[in-house]
Amino acid sequence: MFEQLSYLQLQQYWWAIISLLGALLVFLLFVQGGQTLIYSIGKTDDERKIIINILGRKWEFTFTTLVTFGGAFFASFPLFYSTSFGGAYWVWMAILFAFIIQAVSYEYRTKVGNFLGAKTYEIFLYINGLLGSILLGTAVSTFFTGSQFSVNKMNIVDFENTGSSIISAWQTPFHGLEALWTLENLAFLQNITLGLAVFFLARTLALQYFIKSIDHQELVNRSKQKLKINAAIFLVFFLFWFIRLLLLKGFAVNPETKEVFLETNKYLHNYLEMPVVLILLLIGLIGVLWGLYRSLFASSENGIWFTGIGTVLTVLTLFFVAGYNNTAFYPSTFNLQDSLTIENASSSKFTLIAMSYVSLMVPFVLAYIVYAWRKMDASKISQEEVNADGHAY
Amino acid sequence: MESIDWSLINWSRAQFALTAMYHWIFVPLTLGITFIIAFMESIYVKTQDPKWKEITKFWMGVFGVNFAIGVATGIILEFEFGTNWSNYSWFVGDIFGAPLAIEGIMAFFMESTFIAIMFFGWNKVSQKVHLLSTWLVAIGSNLSALWILVANGWMQNPIGMHFNPDTMRNEMDNFWEVLLNPVAANKFVHTLVSSYIVAAVFVAGISAWYLLKNKNVILAKRSIIIASVFGLAASLATFLTGDESARVVAKYQPMKLAAMEGLYDGQQSAPLIALGLFGERDPQQPNKENFALEIEIPNALSYLAFLDPDAFVPGIRDLVHGNKKQNIPSYEERIALGKKSIDGLAAYKKAKKAGDEVAAAKNLKIFEDNFEHFGYGYYFGKDPHLLVPNVKMSFYSFHTMVILGTHFLILFILLVYFMYKNKLPKMRWLLWIAVWTIPLAYVATEAGWVVAEVGRQPWVIQDLMPNLVAVSKIDTYSVQITFFLFLVVFTILLIADIKIILHKIKKGNKH
Repeated sequence: MFEQLSYLQLQQYWWAIISLLGALLVFLLFVQGGQTLIYSIGKTDDERKIIINILGRKWEFTFTTLVTFGGAFFASFPLFYSTSFGGAYWVWMAILFAFIIQAVSYEYRTKVGNFLGAKTYEIFLYINGLLGSILLGTAVSTFFTGSQFSVNKMNIVDFENTGSSIISAWQTPFHGLEALWTLENLAFLQNITLGLAVFFLARTLALQYFIKSIDHQELVNRSKQKLKINAAIFLVFFLFWFIRLLLLKGFAVNPETKEVFLETNKYLHNYLEMPVVLILLLIGLIGVLWGLYRSLFASSENGIWFTGIGTVLTVLTLFFVAGYNNTAFYPSTFNLQDSLTIENASSSKFTLIAMSYVSLMVPFVLAYIVYAWRKMDASKISQEEVNADGHAY
Repeated sequence: MESIDWSLINWSRAQFALTAMYHWIFVPLTLGITFIIAFMESIYVKTQDPKWKEITKFWMGVFGVNFAIGVATGIILEFEFGTNWSNYSWFVGDIFGAPLAIEGIMAFFMESTFIAIMFFGWNKVSQKVHLLSTWLVAIGSNLSALWILVANGWMQNPIGMHFNPDTMRNEMDNFWEVLLNPVAANKFVHTLVSSYIVAAVFVAGISAWYLLKNKNVILAKRSIIIASVFGLAASLATFLTGDESARVVAKYQPMKLAAMEGLYDGQQSAPLIALGLFGERDPQQPNKENFALEIEIPNALSYLAFLDPDAFVPGIRDLVHGNKKQNIPSYEERIALGKKSIDGLAAYKKAKKAGDEVAAAKNLKIFEDNFEHFGYGYYFGKDPHLLVPNVKMSFYSFHTMVILGTHFLILFILLVYFMYKNKLPKMRWLLWIAVWTIPLAYVATEAGWVVAEVGRQPWVIQDLMPNLVAVSKIDTYSVQITFFLFLVVFTILLIADIKIILHKIKKGNKH
């Protein structure tokens, strides 16, 4: 059945899957946000234990989504994988280190003989929460502001003339970290702002998740208290970033010549030229705001649902405007023509078809995740439950 | 190709080796102990004996500690293909990316979803759903190994693809060939069953220690039965698949076989070196490793590799310098042909750009006719001995693996025998051997990967892409920094892991 699709349609289909994984990942970063709130919400050891256990039952979803996001990106757009990971080495390494130290922290924190002490593992969780969210946000922002790299596929055979057999080369010695201080078009401002927006979004979602699933009045009250300020900061950063995005010069592709050029208000045009994406965005934004309103002013426990789904939809549309409608999703500011598009960076048609069949498993996977999640979250988590659990973190 | 940065290549290799070997400390236990736990829980559900539940939970606790660090060390490996081997990621990403993505979608989610139920769901789901979850954790982790080994097997025997000169990369044209690759199939089964040995030795060794100390006796007795039977079956399967893999290597990677056996001059009716120690090199033959000591089994290598005691097994010299009689081309010839293929492709691209279709077609043919030697072309003007892997390392790791494999088999036979005779608790010497075999299981499994990966050097993809073309363009010092960061972080986490597990073992199943 996927054989009937054109190459471009397959590339679009795979961009949709990458976008969905990216959007789910941003939502699931609530675990990271929560890890930066352990001490500001939990005032006693017992309270912190509840928070850590409630996050500890979800961290693997975030982690696995990140790994799958990487794997799916590799399989469908390998040129992105080689160019970005091999080039922005330090950004990705920093992100990976932040996740390495997270993976052991829940399990080891309270174990006898853990060598570093509980406090160190809590610091690890904090670092993961802080760096994981900010750096991922910053990295995604470069999809719109560009990076300095070159791509020359001829290097593989023409190395005697080009001096190197490696096709992708980063043009700064900072290997991606320069995203934090690139002055051109105030890119640094845009990148850092999205990083911070993601960080405060993660905290906002975490607080809403606590309100929904903790059976402990004081923790819930404190979460509500903290939610106001975190949600407000998130909205400021996000709106600043988003409005600037709509005003920016974007990286457009001429559909005939495949030439990349700068187009003023490109991302605004993309929303307007793809009404479905615009509608998704509006639903997403309303969802986020409505969820926040429900949590803050209507004393509802279910704000996380609206904010969560709204987050997924909004991020989805951000990926859509980055890659669809003749746009370069990973632009090179070093040489515009080296920018990556979903057409020039994708796998072969054969591989995309094969992988599309694999993607049919995704609804099945989502179904059992929903089943497990519902079973595990059927009742709120209380002090008694955490204390009685032999495997509690 | 004057600007090869050997230090970058070597540090990138070192980093990959470091992270892969650290990761592999934890994987085999996970692969096997999840099944052992699933057996135990199945018995619990069937018998409703609460003791079995306690035993299941004890091993689950140990597994949880091991699993966490396995996950921590694993995430980096997937991304390292991009961060440190970016050219590789482009050159074969069209084929290699797929199994990694499938691993995520198919296996990781299964593992991580059901592990939450396994650890925290005892009172939240029914007994049967819980048992199913435990089985799915075992199946999920083993499925994840399947896809990784398919990916690794493909690197050692690249099939199911062709080179597309227009996109300048290899592209998949047969998914089933990639999946059912004979190298991958053999590698998958051999890796899995040998991992089960590690888990079985681990469980049997700890149980033996309890029996020696007269602690947790019921747990120990029941656990050692399951572990020993499982370990015996796994040992037998490991020998069968190991035997098969000798033929697979002989067919697809003759240089690896020669290095594993330290065979410099190929010969008819080649003997197998059962035990050997290398000595001084002869200055007249600087590329040859000499044995100072060797114990041979006549004709065994020929038989092992080709099922024919008189077959000719090519040595390192035959492969490097060629052997006319045996119809083996030399590396010098292959390098020249590979260079022709590379230059043909470059000329094709240039002609195509210039719109010269005739020249394009001519050069495309040159490229295609010599494509099987493509990777060798990168060694043009260099010493062909650069294409020989480290013989000592290959030989010693191979023999360590085989000798220890034999030791495990004998150990499990004895454990099962004395268990059957009901005499095991009295066999204190055997129990002590079981305890001290635990570290040996880890040595053996790491040695197996050293053979597989050192023996195929310098090929990242056999005959197609050597490591010197596969790296990322980054500064050596960046890789050095991350290398030492990994070394420090992983070592600290390993110490924590061992200390926690030792504490758990000392405590036993007392709450």
